[in-house]
Amino acid sequence: MEAPKAAPDFAKWICPLPLADYPAIVMGHGGGGKLGSELVEHLFLPAFRNPALENLGDAAAIDLPAGRLALSTDSFVVQPLFFPGGSIGELAVNGTVNDLAVSGAVPKFLSASFILEEGFPLAQLAAIVEAMAKAAAVAGVQIVTGDTKVVERGHGDGCYINTAGVGVLRDNVAIGPHRAQPGDAVLISGTIGDHGMAIMSVREGMEFESPIRSDCAAMNGLISEVLDAAGTAVHVMRDPTRGGLGSTLNEIASASDAGIEIDETRLPVREEVQSACELLGLDPVYVANEGKVVFVVAPKAAERVLEVLRAHPLGCEAVRIGQVTAAHKRMLVARTAMGAQRVIPMQIGEQLPRIC
Amino acid sequence: MKYLTEFRNSEIAQRMAREIAQIATRPWKIMEVCGGQTHSILKNGIDQMLPPGIEMIHGPGCPVCVTPLELIDKALAIAARPEVVFCSFGDMLRVPGTEGDLFQVKGRGGDVRVVYSPLDAVDLAAKTPGRQVVFFGVGFETTAPANAMSVHLAQRLGLRNFSLLVSHVLVPPAIEAIMQAPGNHVQAFLLAGHVCSVMGYWQYPPLAEKYRVPLVVTGFEPLDLLDGIRRAVVQLEAGRHEVENAYERVVNFDGNRAAQKLLAEVFEVTDRAWRGIGVISRSGWRLSAAYREFDAEERFDTGGIRARESPLCRSGDVLRGAIKPVECGAFGKQCTPRHPLGATMVSSEGACAAYYNYGRFLAAEEVASS
Repeated sequence: MEAPKAAPDFAKWICPLPLADYPAIVMGHGGGGKLGSELVEHLFLPAFRNPALENLGDAAAIDLPAGRLALSTDSFVVQPLFFPGGSIGELAVNGTVNDLAVSGAVPKFLSASFILEEGFPLAQLAAIVEAMAKAAAVAGVQIVTGDTKVVERGHGDGCYINTAGVGVLRDNVAIGPHRAQPGDAVLISGTIGDHGMAIMSVREGMEFESPIRSDCAAMNGLISEVLDAAGTAVHVMRDPTRGGLGSTLNEIASASDAGIEIDETRLPVREEVQSACELLGLDPVYVANEGKVVFVVAPKAAERVLEVLRAHPLGCEAVRIGQVTAAHKRMLVARTAMGAQRVIPMQIGEQLPRIC
Repeated sequence: MKYLTEFRNSEIAQRMAREIAQIATRPWKIMEVCGGQTHSILKNGIDQMLPPGIEMIHGPGCPVCVTPLELIDKALAIAARPEVVFCSFGDMLRVPGTEGDLFQVKGRGGDVRVVYSPLDAVDLAAKTPGRQVVFFGVGFETTAPANAMSVHLAQRLGLRNFSLLVSHVLVPPAIEAIMQAPGNHVQAFLLAGHVCSVMGYWQYPPLAEKYRVPLVVTGFEPLDLLDGIRRAVVQLEAGRHEVENAYERVVNFDGNRAAQKLLAEVFEVTDRAWRGIGVISRSGWRLSAAYREFDAEERFDTGGIRARESPLCRSGDVLRGAIKPVECGAFGKQCTPRHPLGATMVSSEGACAAYYNYGRFLAAEEVASS
């Protein structure tokens, strides 16, 4: 999405007047005084509105069904804050929703903490909050508690967000990174590298005929349908975010003490993403995704899971990319287009563009 | 993607590999000069497609690998200065100097930035007159024109706050050094396609003649590499030693004359130390007298910095093709991609790093099949 440049459209908030006085964040917005409560009352509350939040207590009181809970937290520091296909707002909601969902939980409630830099335009904060509210509605979760701190200019990067989430673990699932077994099929729900290259193309000012859009999305709906269809036949689910598919599959291989073999020709990569990677000397297998899921499933369930995935709008490009092997334990090996094999190692740090 | 996917066709590749197997009647050792070619060979598994007798030796053409430790130490010292914005290509940031790497300098407060072109660094210098912007200009003839253009532009703009930490190295002297090394095994070379796109290949016929060695200008995609290898094998089998161009869609005999003219103006030939190999006479470029004021080594007085390589590291022997990485005593023990002793273990294009990853795979396969 585009970073908003004009003044925020406060007309859509309930009481526009107090906020309109301040076009940008000042230290007082984090001070616990009147400015801070105005931010809550006129921005966060109208956007996120739900019964648990409306009490405005120090903690939200929530009702959850009996059973096991899943708890997850993640912090978001992306730059730029707005990019094709989304913003830090969608990322902050979907990232935590996806972490819960791939653990086999049904995401229910989120917290949201903002660390804002003095001078951050209120218009941008409003746009981020609105994006979070929409993403939460799509994912079927409620943002029930939160916090705002303001740091002096130069001590932050505009806006950082932390979200934590709680979800209820489903019955009849047995998911864990260690559960991949030789023979299992490895599936990916769609194209790889879209998010990372969307961010990179904005940062580097690269323009393509069709702009690369982030795949940022909440995957809990799709995951829920897969688990309904395949239950305990789903052994591992992961969202391949930072480090991309390559790092995620290496982690699964290590945790399961098994090997993983993928067929490089089957990896779904959009042409514009591939082009951008060629240009910068990057490998899409290590580029981040924000709306994809890797499934490791029992071989007999693979076709059924693929059918379910392909029937879902977020999984229509799903493919089987490989299998778990007894050989080359704790390693990810790719069969190349040339019919040879190569090791895809764990990256030591972030992927660096090559000189030549 | 036009001009890429066509050169990655696996059926044609298999056919070309079979053709090479039919032509080759004897074992041959062929060196690909360029690190980009090494990367592509290993990424695509070209080495595994070749008949057993055809052995690819990975050459010294990885700029990250051959940049001397001393220059890395100078980069670290300059980058740590408070007035400096230090700009570099991404993969130089993780190359270890004697104490730490550029990432660590950045972590300690140094202003270290990844850029995609030295011209971006010139832009930055123009926009931030209060800061000294330094670009880390390493590499072969390929990256040289943009570096030359950066100082040319800085001079034209009268920028007093731009400089180049420069260590360019040249392919032809490296080929001579390899051919002259005692115990040399290399029988043919795949010349670096992108170097030749700048320089053409008019420099090479005397080398082919002097050392009676086939030289084939070669590209980077699987079919380019297989075609280069095929042509080298055909020459070797026939006892010929000529310069051939297997990368005609990019390279011509003359090369980019405009770039060569600029290079001749901005740079002058000098002796250069190659990491792991040592000093090769007249094997590099430094800024010419007319542009010396843009030399970061002079501006920041780094003359006192001396560095000593790890005595365990045999990357020089690896870069010359004298030993395989696994024959080095430190390989996989004191020296791993996480804790590299030499640059061939640092860069993903380095032969040692490539062997480390692939070798682990082979070892795991052996355990599984025993």
